[in-house]
Amino acid sequence: MLDDHLVVRFLRHYGQGTLTSIDFSSYPWEILIRQARRTNLLSRCAFFLCELELLDKVPKQPRIHFINSIKLSDANARSAKVEVKQIYKALSKAKVDFVLLKGAAYVWAGNNASKGRLFTDTDILVAKENLVIAETALANSGWLTSSLDVYTQKFYREWMHEIPPMTHLKRQTTIDVHHTIIPPTSRLKPKPIKFWQQADAAEDMPGLYVLSPIDMIIHSATHLFHEGEFEQGLRDISDLDLLIREAIASQNGWDKLLHRAVELDLVKPVYYALNFTKKILDAPIPEDVINRAIFQAKMSKFDVKLMDVLYGRALATNHVTNKMKGQGVARWFLYIRSHWLKMPVHLLFPHLFRKSWLNLTGQKDH
Amino acid sequence: MLVSELPFEKINADFSDSGLCFKTGIFNIAVTSNIPAVTRHIRHFYSHYDCNNETDFIDLHVEVKAVGGYRRFYRPQVSFSFDGYEPFIPLPINQAPAMFEWGLNWCIANTAHHYLIIHSAIIEKDGYGLILPGTPGSGKSTLCAALVNKGWRLLSDEMALLSLADGLIYPAPRPVSLKNKSIQIIKDFAPDAVFGEVMIDTLKGDIAHMLAPQSALAEQTTAVKPAFLVFPHYKDNAEKKLIGLPKSRALMTLAEHAFNFNILGKQGFDSMSNMIENVECYDFTYADLVTALEGIDSLIK
Repeated sequence: MLDDHLVVRFLRHYGQGTLTSIDFSSYPWEILIRQARRTNLLSRCAFFLCELELLDKVPKQPRIHFINSIKLSDANARSAKVEVKQIYKALSKAKVDFVLLKGAAYVWAGNNASKGRLFTDTDILVAKENLVIAETALANSGWLTSSLDVYTQKFYREWMHEIPPMTHLKRQTTIDVHHTIIPPTSRLKPKPIKFWQQADAAEDMPGLYVLSPIDMIIHSATHLFHEGEFEQGLRDISDLDLLIREAIASQNGWDKLLHRAVELDLVKPVYYALNFTKKILDAPIPEDVINRAIFQAKMSKFDVKLMDVLYGRALATNHVTNKMKGQGVARWFLYIRSHWLKMPVHLLFPHLFRKSWLNLTGQKDH
Repeated sequence: MLVSELPFEKINADFSDSGLCFKTGIFNIAVTSNIPAVTRHIRHFYSHYDCNNETDFIDLHVEVKAVGGYRRFYRPQVSFSFDGYEPFIPLPINQAPAMFEWGLNWCIANTAHHYLIIHSAIIEKDGYGLILPGTPGSGKSTLCAALVNKGWRLLSDEMALLSLADGLIYPAPRPVSLKNKSIQIIKDFAPDAVFGEVMIDTLKGDIAHMLAPQSALAEQTTAVKPAFLVFPHYKDNAEKKLIGLPKSRALMTLAEHAFNFNILGKQGFDSMSNMIENVECYDFTYADLVTALEGIDSLIK
């Protein structure tokens, strides 16, 4: 069941520091490149080769693909920085503080998780009381909410942790403005104020923050294991692997992470993150830390087994070069489960019913 | 070995299992498809292309597939995927061959960043490379199709691959795609040209492909030095006019035609300005192909 795709083994080699020992002339580069493209990790693999000065050992044809994909992630990082400055300009004028999240945050803070990271949207967190001011300020600077139908607008604004995505008129770039970490209707109740309290201020730009390294791990974990979307699953696991290895180097670090996860009411996603980054990418996480997380998350043995099976499949790469059986079912089940976690029943059923009705009748949903 | 020399079972099968590999310029392509119109298209337009060996490195694996589900019974569709990624929404199934060509263009434009990729036709005669950038309606493809039937060599009707390393433009010859009225115009102008089926009412109107001339394939590994940059403007009843274009203007305009300018950053800008420094730039207005041909041919005399 464990994902043994070439791209996974390649990432593991990097983590273990054994990438130099692969046989460069006979390595199946074509398969690696195809799987890495499928999982949005080609730039990252290329970055690793470049960082270790191994690119010259790769035969010419695959080498070109690696070099070209580094150009892509470099350009991505360049334009992300421009975008952040534009957002800062708009929001600082309105005196709204904000926290960068995910890809943009990794790039801005120069985290290891920014290595060869590709992303399109910029995610930011603002305080709920500033939401209206922020939306107005961004709209005045050219970011407009795309035309969504009344239901979707209402759905976002009443039940979600973010407002509908805003797209810039000229640059066509998109911002997702969040006011909390997960939908307020969720069973878990992390308080956004707690993330703010430990956020790191950016240099020379008062009002701009990134999450603390520990909170970045927790947020990334929550995003992956609460949202029910696994298209970028392996990429997200790789992010987590890089974030964890970078932020935590001692026993003290693990204690802090678990303590913080309890404090934020997000132990479960943190357990999944630790368990699966260790299982899939061999992240150096002590067994007792994982056991403590299971205990604190109050998970039964059955829960642990079941989720191993489901997430193990859902997170795996699925490529014609190496098919993963049962992935569709696992992903479907986890998708339903993610809605279950996010919404009380009286919201959930009408929402899912509407979605499947639109699907059946071939209408477009947002 | 050529695609047409493949064993009968291989070339006449659909390519749903193992796919078919061929070479265009520097790209090795593998196509998988379960749509008869696509395999027909490939047999028709790619039969004189080189096949790849089992051991060759394949650059791009693409798949053109009929979309499953209940929809196939009343509104069948086709999807294009590049290693599982679908850059476009599915299209009606009659557009499958066009979707294959568009999809392949997309793959090259989004991966071949060792080139500055310019949306233009690129042709060559006597060692002179001629770039014809395409604004919709300018007649880029029509002019290109006409010229390659009258002694010019086709490198591509859709994108010029300007190497960042040596400043030369590299070929990737494929069938020329013609739209609407242009189809009949070229059939009349070059009765020997070989065409495929006309696809009615696609995203871009009616579309037909024209076989890449033999010369294009014979020299598909020979890069050319760009010598002329000509912006074509088709205008009914206009008089033929070839007007020199200031280099700064040419640069500004051409930048809008580059697919990957923002990805290459400074390197892309340097390559483009370097090239423009060394080519003659023109605006070219024309109303019919015969005089257009004279105008273009006069450049290299």
